[in-house]
Amino acid sequence: MVDLSVRIKDLLFKNPVLTASGTCGFGEEIADFIDLTRLGGVVMKGTTLNPRQGNDYPRMAETPSGMLNAVGLQNKGVDNFIQNIYPNIRDIDSNFIVNVNGSTIEEYVELTERINELDKIPAIELNISCPNVKEGGMAFGVSCPSAEAVVRAVRSVYDKPLIVKLSPNVTDISEIAKAVEGQGADSVSLVNTFLGMVVDANSRMPVLSTITGGLSGPAIKPIALRMVWQVYNAVKIPVIGMGGIMNATDAIEFLIAGASAVQVGTAIFIDPTIPVQIVDGIQNYLEINNIQSVSELTGSLQI
Amino acid sequence: MKKTVQELLLVENTQLNHDNFKLVLQASTPLPEMFPGQFVNVEIKKATEIFLRRPFSILDVDYSNNTFSLLVKILGRGSKVLTTYQAGDKISVIFPLGSRFTFPKENDQVLLVGGGSGVAPMLFLAKTCGLKPENVHVLIGARSIRDHVDVESYKPYGNYYFTTEDGSLGEKGFVTHHPVFSDQLGSFDKIYTCGPDLMMKAVAKAAAEKQVFCEASLENMMACGFGVCLCCVEKTVDGNQCVCTDGPVFNINKLTW
Repeated sequence: MVDLSVRIKDLLFKNPVLTASGTCGFGEEIADFIDLTRLGGVVMKGTTLNPRQGNDYPRMAETPSGMLNAVGLQNKGVDNFIQNIYPNIRDIDSNFIVNVNGSTIEEYVELTERINELDKIPAIELNISCPNVKEGGMAFGVSCPSAEAVVRAVRSVYDKPLIVKLSPNVTDISEIAKAVEGQGADSVSLVNTFLGMVVDANSRMPVLSTITGGLSGPAIKPIALRMVWQVYNAVKIPVIGMGGIMNATDAIEFLIAGASAVQVGTAIFIDPTIPVQIVDGIQNYLEINNIQSVSELTGSLQI
Repeated sequence: MKKTVQELLLVENTQLNHDNFKLVLQASTPLPEMFPGQFVNVEIKKATEIFLRRPFSILDVDYSNNTFSLLVKILGRGSKVLTTYQAGDKISVIFPLGSRFTFPKENDQVLLVGGGSGVAPMLFLAKTCGLKPENVHVLIGARSIRDHVDVESYKPYGNYYFTTEDGSLGEKGFVTHHPVFSDQLGSFDKIYTCGPDLMMKAVAKAAAEKQVFCEASLENMMACGFGVCLCCVEKTVDGNQCVCTDGPVFNINKLTW
């Protein structure tokens, strides 16, 4: 029997496959299709202190091997999460992680404090990389001083595992990773979406209401893989890799490049059973290759 | 109603006119109950250059054969490739998705207004709404007779009225120009509509003026179809709502048209 479990700080994941924030709702939305307890974790839809309506329609454009989105963190706010969602997920045997967002450092801190009170939320993913909001979001994640400031502030009020989700829209992602590691982040997850745009040649108008949006899907996989490899070589904390993972082979490539775990995102839109297929596929790969533990794969790139 | 993703067998692909096809899909296990207004999200693997699934309204269901049918109108690359699939092909489908039309009460007089691929849920509703045929009035608009989809097999379930923009079938003009709409709208208890945005907005506006109950089924672009991508939102009086899960059927009083 192979060991699929991985650890981030002291938090045990039964396997290295998590669903990515913004692609699985709060888990309940995909529970018709899969047994959520088969997942290593569920990173829930980005949450903010106050409700947000998000951006205007159209928010989505299909692109070659991927899609752009400009949802803009639509969510019903933390009070709704605590009252209406947390009671439904608290006893499901998987790691339900809250993706924490804010416009200001104070908002990040206050939201983190609220989440910290929930004993069945074992970790947070600090989102300093949303490309689709006017204030906060990616602005915090594209410079070392601002990334350091928000991580330092959140770290001071949160003792559980703190994952920081990084933006790829930077000159050197490993510098940002080192900066947040230096402020006590327990893990980094990467990458969020790449800023992109689509133009309608007939109308000469942008397709998205926001003009630009975040690119995801297989189109970004080689770049995401390269960034995971660079960050793995730059930091000591575990790296959670994501970006265009559609199947177990894609996931294994991320593990080999240095990821300790992976997140599956846009693939869920195509087939919500893919995350569980990936768990089975990784197990199969380990068995065929006589590898005892999935953690042996991490960073096993042969150069 | 549990949603599933299944590999279905295409058992029939019939060309209805120059750009409309009827596809009949069969499941290997009993189908869940499916209702007019609901839709399915279809993976079109043969169109390798498209990434997302494509949503289609349910046209009809035959529980005895575990089959349901879709009306596929060629609108772009995805729908075009889908119409080239042949009986015997397997197609991955997520279903059933979305909300349903509110069924009428006994003795209600109802008007169903469809255009384009929006004809599909109107025909399904006419067939299954449970009213006597004389109480069901189906108004179908098309650009021209060549765009018209034959509804002969649905004739037993209601009265049919047609408009075409060039006058080649039925009344000339838009659906709102047909006497059953322009003269008799206030006499209906419920109005249902699905089709192009402009058509539905015109129907909704008239229904609102006459204060007649009206539901519209929206067709916003979507990625997932089951409420996780939050891309297909429509502005409503309750804020942005997902067409795929809060809709596609909305009471027009909820919309901000």
